[in-house]
Amino acid sequence: MSVTESSSEALKLRGQVIGEQAVTGPPPRQNLPSRKPDRWYKPKSVIGKIFLWIGLIGFSLLFMYPFVWLLAASLKPRGQVFDNALWPRTLVPENYVEVWNQLPLISWMFNSIAIALLAATAVAVSSSVVAFGFAYFKFPARNLLFGLVLATMMLPGAVTMLPQYLIWKELGLIGTWAPLWGANLFGSAFYIFLQRQFFLGLPRELFEAARIDGASYWGLFRRIAMPLSIPSFIIVFVFEFQASWNNLQAALIYLNAGSVEGFTAPLGIAYAMTKYSPTAGGQGDYQYVMVASLLITIPMLLIFAFGQRYFIEGVATQGRKG
Amino acid sequence: MTTHAERDAEAAAPRSLPPRRKKKTGFAAKYNKREAIAGYLFIAPWVIGFLVFTLGAMIYSLVISFSNYNLARNTATPVGFANYERLFEDPKVALALGNTLVYALMAVPLEVAFALFLAMLLARVGKGAGFFRTVYYLPKMTPTVATASVFLLLLNGNTGAINRGLSVIGIEGPQWLVDPAWVKPSIVLMTLWTVSGTMVIFLAALKNVPRDLYEVASLDGAGPVRQFFTITVPMISSAIFFNVIVLTIAAFQIFDQAYLLFWRDQSNSSPESSLFYAVYLFQQAFRQFNFGFAAAMAWLLFMIIMLITFIQMKFGNRFVYYEGDDR
Repeated sequence: MSVTESSSEALKLRGQVIGEQAVTGPPPRQNLPSRKPDRWYKPKSVIGKIFLWIGLIGFSLLFMYPFVWLLAASLKPRGQVFDNALWPRTLVPENYVEVWNQLPLISWMFNSIAIALLAATAVAVSSSVVAFGFAYFKFPARNLLFGLVLATMMLPGAVTMLPQYLIWKELGLIGTWAPLWGANLFGSAFYIFLQRQFFLGLPRELFEAARIDGASYWGLFRRIAMPLSIPSFIIVFVFEFQASWNNLQAALIYLNAGSVEGFTAPLGIAYAMTKYSPTAGGQGDYQYVMVASLLITIPMLLIFAFGQRYFIEGVATQGRKG
Repeated sequence: MTTHAERDAEAAAPRSLPPRRKKKTGFAAKYNKREAIAGYLFIAPWVIGFLVFTLGAMIYSLVISFSNYNLARNTATPVGFANYERLFEDPKVALALGNTLVYALMAVPLEVAFALFLAMLLARVGKGAGFFRTVYYLPKMTPTVATASVFLLLLNGNTGAINRGLSVIGIEGPQWLVDPAWVKPSIVLMTLWTVSGTMVIFLAALKNVPRDLYEVASLDGAGPVRQFFTITVPMISSAIFFNVIVLTIAAFQIFDQAYLLFWRDQSNSSPESSLFYAVYLFQQAFRQFNFGFAAAMAWLLFMIIMLITFIQMKFGNRFVYYEGDDR
């Protein structure tokens, strides 16, 4: 049996492995009927149903309201941004054209996308390699080291923030992109945990068979483990992409001293908030902040639209660490 | 017990038989050398990262905290415990710590309660749950800067939508972003809007509670409130526990929201009640460049977070139920 054959066999197993064990839920127990049919607590009475739907729709409106406000304010003229009418009296779609002249939004977006791609790719690949090391191999002190990985998850970022700045300063990389993604090359605790869980769910015979066929250890990872772990790889990727896209503090520390064009999108908008805020020189052109905010939110909503189940599964997995 | 006895017997028995193949002992018995080396190579990236960016960084930060390292002047001389003494002398440290503590006490219980409430709503819908889950999750996808920029409008005391909504039901809303007493509730409100990550964890936990428990309980005449406290809460206690710990750690490090709403503009004075610990730490490090003092501040925060997490774990383990208890 060749390596490709055995991995295609595993592909058949994939649905089950991913669906039941590694990502979505705890391992299925034997001798128990499937719980699927009664996973939901349905209300029995009509009044219960009415209250449920009022609640659901009411909260939907509450959660959507700021988005509506954001959209509306982005279409308002300068004088009306701070007024209390939800819908603008005069629509100014030109804001969406003018914003590109007002703010270097293109370079902010480009910087953010490039950094997020680097950060997400680096951490997904490195965490996957490390996770495979912990999942497949037996070596002295493995459990101790893995415990250490888990312990670093509890470490508050504030403690390492300052010395990490000094490390990057020693390397002469302040003001470059490196500090915003470089540390991702060394894996990240939660992602290592998540990928390891996934690899542990793969049948070991698969790897044994490939070993007999003469596959190297790296081959096991590269040709079996990696192709099979694409779903958890995507979870890590989208999670880190979002985290990087959202990262204000690191940009503030490492890029704030540089040119405005070199900012990332969050740092740029924070800068625009100050530039156009009502306190800094009366009624500023805050509508441009609104347009820019909306524009940097859209990529995240698109990613969520395509990768929703990866986000939900990733978050749900966090809860099972404890 | 038998294995011990056997081993002892074997050791005591005189070896009169012809020598067997050399028995593997120690490392060789347990591990394959090539495999162990490969394993270390696979985890090497993490080990290097840990030594440099975590362990090395922590030691470095400890050393700095005992010096008067100033980035702007690039000077460092050992000063003993002076930075740590200053932690107690600087009134702003106590102020920031108090603000952070009050914020955590407000935010964490509200977040847990609200997220659990939403999760229980969602757990009651069959079809359509996906739609509402998506809607509730969208705020979590929104970058914090975008959230802050729109909440700056919504929370405006005179023209903001929140006060306008309150005036409809006859309540005169506070000056959210100006009145020192309402600064923390403003940030809590923003945090609650993005609570859906916690909600998803609760939802996953709720789905794993066996339905038959509720059936048995309702046959015994237990009402919904009683069922909530005797079945739901114990069965999802590990998720509650996890969320409380994670949210507490996050609350103690709150920075982005406070920075964006209050401390972004250095020319402007902000209410002192919005000075959170992480904000003051940031100011000391990257505005005043007092790295030595900032490092001491970071270590104090670390100690406090560890202490609180330790206490939570100590208390938590008493009531947390782990499924099957086999972990």
